[in-house]
Amino acid sequence: MEPPAASAARTDAETAEWVRVLAGAGPERDAALVRLHAMLVRIARAEVARRGPRLRISGPELDDLAYQAAADALLAITGKIGQFRGESRFTTWACKFVIFVVPSKCGRHFWRRPAVSLDAEDWDRLPGRFGFEPAAEAEWRDLLAALRRAVDTELTPRQRQVFVAIVLNEVPLDALVIELSSSRNAIYKMLFDARRKLRAALTTSGHLGHDLPRRT
Amino acid sequence: MSGWSALDRFLRTDPKDVGCAEAMRVLHIYADLVAAGEPAERRYPGLAAHLRSCGPCREDFDGLLAAIHGDGD
Repeated sequence: MEPPAASAARTDAETAEWVRVLAGAGPERDAALVRLHAMLVRIARAEVARRGPRLRISGPELDDLAYQAAADALLAITGKIGQFRGESRFTTWACKFVIFVVPSKCGRHFWRRPAVSLDAEDWDRLPGRFGFEPAAEAEWRDLLAALRRAVDTELTPRQRQVFVAIVLNEVPLDALVIELSSSRNAIYKMLFDARRKLRAALTTSGHLGHDLPRRT
Repeated sequence: MSGWSALDRFLRTDPKDVGCAEAMRVLHIYADLVAAGEPAERRYPGLAAHLRSCGPCREDFDGLLAAIHGDGD
């Protein structure tokens, strides 16, 4: 294995070379774009393959998605090359773009499934979502009833909508972002606040302890 | 009981959690530090807290790390 110092020096030289060539023009830049695109396609393929089974995407659709993601990422990278600050290797910075595009593409794909609805509220799925055993229902029935009450009384309508979609209906967060024309950060923050409120309510009602959950 | 601990874990929030926007801004730096064996969590405790709670950002991080290990050319 290469010594870390040698590896770091080589990496810095590679990064500098990528930036120099991509900031330039002519055949050298064109060749670099071909190499970069090939790398992005490889990363995108690996990424959609990793996420695909959960989203029920397979076959040619996976490849289409990978090529779309690589093309979008390449466009973003060439447009933002001036913003690269050298805080990481260039290839890591570039890979980030394609890694971020893939979930958005997968999120759009999710809504092609006809069975998914934002309005459905199947509370019977809640025990299974957290792994509560049906045989022990007597032990957790009160806790989940209290949780449902807290969802109804403590959350804002928007927090409730996000909680129901993600927790009950298992809508991926990135798919919900698309459906609600929002951002990942905004949806996460809404769920974060909802989680905090629900835990506080369950702690106040005595269903959860301050440090450990306790059985009632 | 796995259900109790799973629910408790899900509802717990960490005030250090920086959220998705900040996590996405510095994820490439964090991933390079982790790949190099540097103390990434000590330098970015808020991002580390976020990655423990946010499935989508954690998935992005795992994908980026896999890309670093498998395709750095």
